[in-house]
Amino acid sequence: MSARLEKLLLRALVEKPATIAGPSSGDKAAKELAKTLQDSARRVLGRALSIREVDAGSCNGCELEIHALNNPVYDLERFGLKFVASPRHADVLLVTGPVTANMKTALERTYNATPAPKWVVALGDCACTGGLFKGSYACIGAVEDVVPVDLRIPGCPPRPVEILSGLIALIEMASR
Amino acid sequence: MAKRIDEMKLWLRQEIDKAAWGECAEALGRGEGELFALFAEVDRVHMALRGIGSDEPRIVTVKVEEGRYPSVGAHHAPAIRLERAIRDLFGHEPQGLPDTRPWLDHGKWTITMPLAEKRRLARVVHDTGYAFLPAEGEGLHEIPVGPVHAGIIEPGHFRFTANGETVVRLEERLGYVHKGTERLMAGAPLDHAAKLIGRVSGDSTVAYAYAFARAAEAALDVSVPARATYLRALMAELERIANHLGDFGAICNDASFVAVQAHCGILREEVLQAADIAFGHRLMRDCIVPGGVAVNLKKEGEARLRALLATISRDFPELVAIYDDTPSLQDRMVTTGIVTAELARRFAPGGYVGRASGRAFDARRDLAYAPYDELQFAVPLLQEGDVNARVWIRIREIEQSLALIAQVLDQLPSGAIKAPISSVGEEREGTAMVEGFRGDIFVWLKLAAGGTVLRCHPRDPSWFQWPLLEAAVEGNIVADFPLCNKSFNCSYSGHDL
Repeated sequence: MSARLEKLLLRALVEKPATIAGPSSGDKAAKELAKTLQDSARRVLGRALSIREVDAGSCNGCELEIHALNNPVYDLERFGLKFVASPRHADVLLVTGPVTANMKTALERTYNATPAPKWVVALGDCACTGGLFKGSYACIGAVEDVVPVDLRIPGCPPRPVEILSGLIALIEMASR
Repeated sequence: MAKRIDEMKLWLRQEIDKAAWGECAEALGRGEGELFALFAEVDRVHMALRGIGSDEPRIVTVKVEEGRYPSVGAHHAPAIRLERAIRDLFGHEPQGLPDTRPWLDHGKWTITMPLAEKRRLARVVHDTGYAFLPAEGEGLHEIPVGPVHAGIIEPGHFRFTANGETVVRLEERLGYVHKGTERLMAGAPLDHAAKLIGRVSGDSTVAYAYAFARAAEAALDVSVPARATYLRALMAELERIANHLGDFGAICNDASFVAVQAHCGILREEVLQAADIAFGHRLMRDCIVPGGVAVNLKKEGEARLRALLATISRDFPELVAIYDDTPSLQDRMVTTGIVTAELARRFAPGGYVGRASGRAFDARRDLAYAPYDELQFAVPLLQEGDVNARVWIRIREIEQSLALIAQVLDQLPSGAIKAPISSVGEEREGTAMVEGFRGDIFVWLKLAAGGTVLRCHPRDPSWFQWPLLEAAVEGNIVADFPLCNKSFNCSYSGHDL
């Protein structure tokens, strides 16, 4: 290991951590979720959820903020939440975009490939309502027009803290 | 210092006949000029270019007759996908186009030719399939990837043909995130269209709004207050730094070097938080509007931005030194995914893809729009064309952007931040090109007498970069594809529109 890299890694040990305290789960999200999460599912999942992100037509703005959740400041994994590479490994589908006609089939297939129990989170204004793209010949509209949605996190894009707050609500309900 | 060019004199548009159009296409094919954009209206096709007898960027236009016009792609490969897209959207038939497969239209829209005057309604939606180009030979196998990818990235399909580990051919299929943005913009009031343009590609929301605003101002002959031009550049450079930091980290991560990514992630977060405090939105979305900017910079924001410059200037050089100092990283980056200078010359890709392969073009310098005509900066240029060169261009651009932000803060004029925008009672056109982090973004705009948008075409830099990714990957191992891909970081949404 180079001296430079050693110094960088050592610095992380002595300096105060970059990670911020986690937000609490939002009341609104908790209420929305109470309707959908079954006790049986909670027993299966324990305190960990695997998330598969699906861009179903987003402008990539939401993806940028989802990426931020993985940085050391928000450090998503400390809450038992992690992103996985395949829907077959996932408990949660985190879907963005106004579901384009060209992505509808891919979203449906991804949903069908995800084992039950599963939840769908619609992230961003486009995913929640279709946003500015509502009514376009090329868009289906909100995510809920294609697959059932359990939680909505609006924003254009929502801030990482807002996304985190929604996802924490999900995991708290799932493990209660 | 760059020379100020009067924007109104740029981008003159000339109607030419079929023969002259064909000669332009042939000259492009011979390498005598560069294609900037190719787009249509219901009755004509426009081509933005420079070179071929004049270095001025300009637009030439040909009438579509009996639904046809002479193909540019027949002579100049970079035009092929653009012409396939025009065909899908308008139905105009490019005569002689060598590849007649649909591009954006996957057979899933409820109408065909959505931008044509007479749309064919109520099409039966069916999966048309897609004929990928064949690759034949002993021991070849295909690897289909996408549209849903393994990471948190945009959707698109990659079809690899490999021989063992070595990629023999990559073919991209895009269009999955086509949202019909151009049709939504047609008929929209200017402020609504400005919102739509800010959602063409999320990572370049500032650059798109910037280009759109300048096109509208060119059309309506509006002069923007000096303070607004400086604040626009400030936002554009913040966006550039944030994206380059993210990419630099992600490229290192794709070579399993997580420490650099973690630190880049922290620095990127600092940029976004500073942008939030300065302009009220982490990505600065909807902050640039026709006429000026929507948000003024206050004392608190300025202090935060100065602190940001200090933080990045302190921490970033150390990360660069580690990148340069780590043999395992260098081993993955150097000589991987080469774009030759010859291909860069032909395709005229903007941004780091061009500048890492010897194409010295930067709209900030070469078109010298305000306030860059009054600011000092260098345009880095390398010849190697590999992943490493694209990383180094980003590194140098971060340094230049930090210096640009310092200049903007030091020289920030006082005064108004927005000029009134009103319609002029006649049809007007405007064109603008802005240097986004990925490369030059081109916007052509036609406004109705009442001020609403008749037609707007934004051209993402990715149009001329995606095809080069296919070329860069050839002969590399499959495992290096993520590195190559991230070093390009082409936009899907900006391309699919």
